[in-house]
Amino acid sequence: MIDGFLALYIFMLAAFTGKEIIGRVPVILHTPLMSGSNFVHGIVLVGAMIALAHAESPLAIAIGFIGVALGAGNAAGGYVVTERMLEMFKSSKSAGKK
Amino acid sequence: MDMATLLEYVAKASYFLAAVLFILGIKRMSSPVTARKGIEQAGIGMVIATLATFAITGGHNLGLIIAAIALGVIPTWLWGKKVAMTDMPQMVALFNGMGGGSAAAIGASELLKFTQPGAAAPPFAMLTLAVVGALIGSISMTGSIIAWAKLDGRMDRRFTFGGQQAFNFLILAAAVLAGLALVAWKLDTSLVVVFFLLALGFGVLMTLPIGGADMPVVISLYNALTGLAVAFEGYAMGIEALIVAGMVVGAAGTFLTQLMAKAMNRPISGVLFSNFGGGGSGEAIAGSQKAIEASDAASLLYMAEKVIIVPGYGMAVAQAQHKIWELAQALIKAGKDVKFAIHPVAGRMPGHMNVLLAEAGVPYDLIADMEDINPEFKTCDVAIVIGANDVVNPAAKTDKSSPIFGMPILNVVDARQCIVIKCGKGTGFAGIENALFYQDNTRMLYADGKEAASSLISELKAIEGGSGH
Repeated sequence: MIDGFLALYIFMLAAFTGKEIIGRVPVILHTPLMSGSNFVHGIVLVGAMIALAHAESPLAIAIGFIGVALGAGNAAGGYVVTERMLEMFKSSKSAGKK
Repeated sequence: MDMATLLEYVAKASYFLAAVLFILGIKRMSSPVTARKGIEQAGIGMVIATLATFAITGGHNLGLIIAAIALGVIPTWLWGKKVAMTDMPQMVALFNGMGGGSAAAIGASELLKFTQPGAAAPPFAMLTLAVVGALIGSISMTGSIIAWAKLDGRMDRRFTFGGQQAFNFLILAAAVLAGLALVAWKLDTSLVVVFFLLALGFGVLMTLPIGGADMPVVISLYNALTGLAVAFEGYAMGIEALIVAGMVVGAAGTFLTQLMAKAMNRPISGVLFSNFGGGGSGEAIAGSQKAIEASDAASLLYMAEKVIIVPGYGMAVAQAQHKIWELAQALIKAGKDVKFAIHPVAGRMPGHMNVLLAEAGVPYDLIADMEDINPEFKTCDVAIVIGANDVVNPAAKTDKSSPIFGMPILNVVDARQCIVIKCGKGTGFAGIENALFYQDNTRMLYADGKEAASSLISELKAIEGGSGH
């Protein structure tokens, strides 16, 4: 259990970090950025894994199983589509080299 | 130090490293040069965090965990590999819904744990955030699924009934009350079930009345909500990496949602609680649309020095982006200054058009944002509009009765000549007439986008062949 006010500071600092790092992203990258940040919240997988590992009753196991499968899908799918999109962005120079 | 404590430290350190990699990764996405490195870095963070988690789960339910991961990863990986770039918005919605569902599942398992007979009463903050995270995650999951179904054309665009807003509000209020009851009154299994049903139901109800044009804002909003849900469940479970990653995404997503809503001239409350195109239909437009043949359009292009191409989603629907890039290359070869102008909400999510052009091979340095390109239309000889409509409609600036009045637009109207490639005389998303199409210096090339681009290329070659040598 994390101390209440310490957690509040973490929430606050992370929120400002999020706003700051996104504020500098150019419009052309907004779609990959959205799917990239979508990938990052796939970290929820870790929480679901721990929940499933601690599950005892059949209901808790079923819920944990669904949580892990969905979280893993979020992470894997988010990564693949973001990587595919970013791979296509090329400048005139690098396109000319090919 | 015993083995279990050591593994615990290793896992905590790995989570810390993952959080750092996520932040650096998103930061690197701020430039197309480093963006790919950025996502790879974030990917490494994810793998490290996942592997470290195996170390602290002590092998309990190990087979089930591995099976669930395989079940989640394999289909989405294969699907993500082959999905068409035009379908990207609904894919993002779907993956986002999965994340929301996962956060909701964590919330459910936490609440179930607390309802066990003999379980110690959970601390207030922990219980509250578990409930709030579960509420937001559930709404985000079912809402994203409806958004996916709408974008994928599996569902009628809008579903409305009388008193809908009041009904939706009642459901939300009931879900919040059930959540409050869980925190303040009684941790009861059947109450947990009612709470989840209400939250999941509200996600569906909230998204049903929202039209296709507003979907980009909605996806972005749900993305932010899932981030918040993950952060809150992270607190409930005591995993700092979830708090940091979820909160960074939550804040970034909120900021992005605001940017988008601004670009569409739609307050977020307007997207969520009212319907598009309900206002006036705008002033009637005098005059007529003047058609042009491909050969004449090609000679206009041949004589131009500076050409700006304005693509809209219609171009992607016609799969014309490759042909348009060929046309642009032909013009560049003939010594002309060619640029692509993109409206922030061109396509079906912000930046979507950039992805579609990148797929066709257009280098990103030829693509300009609205703010950079707008002053340049004055010095532009020919502007080619293909598949774009509302985003070039001057009524947004001049006609107060128009439903799109106030929306920022591309100033195509300032160009010396304008060629509009369009299938027929229909209207855009907003369902209103476009004054640009009736201007004296606008010519309409009525054709399918792909065919129009091909015939422009061949006509251009014919002119060059005839005069150049």
